[in-house]
Amino acid sequence: MSVLLIAEHNNKEVKSFTLNAITAASQIDQDLHVLLIGHNADDVAKSLSEVPLVKKVLHMDNEIYENYIAENYTSAILKHADKYSHIVCSANTFGKNLMPRIAALLDISQVSDIIKVIAPDTFLRPIYAGNAFATVKSNDDKKCITIRPTSFEAAETTGGSAEIEKVDAADKTENTKFVNREEIKSDRPELGTARIVISGGRGLQSGENFKLITDVADKLNAAIGASRAAVDAGYITNEHQVGQTGKVVVPDLYIAVGISGAIQHLAGMKESKVIVAINKDGEAPIFSVADYGLEADLFEALPQFLEELNKLNTIQK
Amino acid sequence: MKILVAVKRVIDYNVQIRVKEDGSGVVTDNVKMSTNPPDDNAIEEAVKIKEAGKASEIIAVTVGEEKAQETVRKALAVGADRGIHIKVDSVLEPLAVSKILKKIVEKENPDLVFMGKQAIDDDCNQTGQMLAAHLNWPQATFASKIEVKENSLEVTREVDEGLETIEVNTPAIVTCDLRLNEPRYASLPNIMKAKKKPIEQINASDLGVDTNPRIEHIKIEEPPKRKAGIKVASVEELVQKLKNEAKVI
Repeated sequence: MSVLLIAEHNNKEVKSFTLNAITAASQIDQDLHVLLIGHNADDVAKSLSEVPLVKKVLHMDNEIYENYIAENYTSAILKHADKYSHIVCSANTFGKNLMPRIAALLDISQVSDIIKVIAPDTFLRPIYAGNAFATVKSNDDKKCITIRPTSFEAAETTGGSAEIEKVDAADKTENTKFVNREEIKSDRPELGTARIVISGGRGLQSGENFKLITDVADKLNAAIGASRAAVDAGYITNEHQVGQTGKVVVPDLYIAVGISGAIQHLAGMKESKVIVAINKDGEAPIFSVADYGLEADLFEALPQFLEELNKLNTIQK
Repeated sequence: MKILVAVKRVIDYNVQIRVKEDGSGVVTDNVKMSTNPPDDNAIEEAVKIKEAGKASEIIAVTVGEEKAQETVRKALAVGADRGIHIKVDSVLEPLAVSKILKKIVEKENPDLVFMGKQAIDDDCNQTGQMLAAHLNWPQATFASKIEVKENSLEVTREVDEGLETIEVNTPAIVTCDLRLNEPRYASLPNIMKAKKKPIEQINASDLGVDTNPRIEHIKIEEPPKRKAGIKVASVEELVQKLKNEAKVI
């Protein structure tokens, strides 16, 4: 049997986490097919076919798929499910919304958010905000799996030439309508895939003060993150939240500024390669995971940090 | 309009959990338990809708062991009208919980079902979507704003790219994000009053639902520990370390 991966895209390009999910899916079974459900998304189909790990692209094109609606995707996927041993997608808001609906209709107990493929039926996944790792074995005949994208490398995107097969659309739901999406456009790297992330917490004290973070982010070409406290306080918008119920990031460098380090925040960043904490409270839990801790007032430290960075000319973009 | 709210009893979000030495799970004896945090938001939203005159009854339901009743009692203390406790002896997978909830929905006929988007113990994020699938109802997950309309809801969802708004016809399932609202605390008089509100107990085994586990937990272990870091004395030292030692800038 083969693996069916559900692609996330915006009808123009593949979302980067799908490439990480492709890597994980290919570790389950090399006969990996990708289902692309969209409208006028031929460019996406082509780019997926060029991913060397992909053996076949199923392309379902219909105007009902202009916007992603879990109900419509589910009926589309169920048309093809019986030919596959595994159905997988990324464990971000796209996949978290979608996969349980598919799993329930197939009467499968889903395995969420895996960080390692141990065998085609056995996986490692974090529980309790990453404070424990569970090795789990699925005994269902078919498996529904979501993949934590930051735990797998992104697949190569060139050199492949998989067949693209056009397939028919499925039924459309009348009960859910897409209204709009407020996407915040930014020239910065994406939070989920950035090499450097700098995050601010409640210690910033206001949205205006986030400029101190932004200035350093500009210098380092970093993505901007935030603790839940900072988002709740309205300093910054929700898509920046890092943590158990926000995004999980694994950058080469994570700089936590004015963040105390609640369990829920640590869940989203403690796998980062190098962690820096800047906090005036020397007892803050964030220091327990930091490789480099600086006990200092962030309002003095951040401008100095920028100044020191400006003295260096070797920052990699 | 009738709203069913599903709540789960979990280890309190402030507790630093400990993994059992034999790898069979985490320590729950003598550990503080609470309502799963986004489930509190689900109850709060239902209560607000009722206070706005748009709902007539709120039923809080939980699936769990005897003590899970406390979670229902807390929901009653902040404004739910009555409770249902589905008794089980073991921890169920979201698939089984969703099948049990389907039975309760069929019995109670609510117009809306609310619950938290994710339980902070198993971090599965499945039950709401699975219930929606079983019922063939629309789903609005990760809700940070809900507007009740005539025969539909307009729901703002927190997604990776920012915010997305969808409209779902009722009956519908909504899973709630922590930013949906600010859950209230129960006042002492309301806690006393809640003790008189009815909680119906049902044995899960009487519902005719297959709750057998499909997933084997082979081992629960502590994640690898990070090696201890150092404190630096100045910003200058920090930058030098990042450049010359960690080589990340």
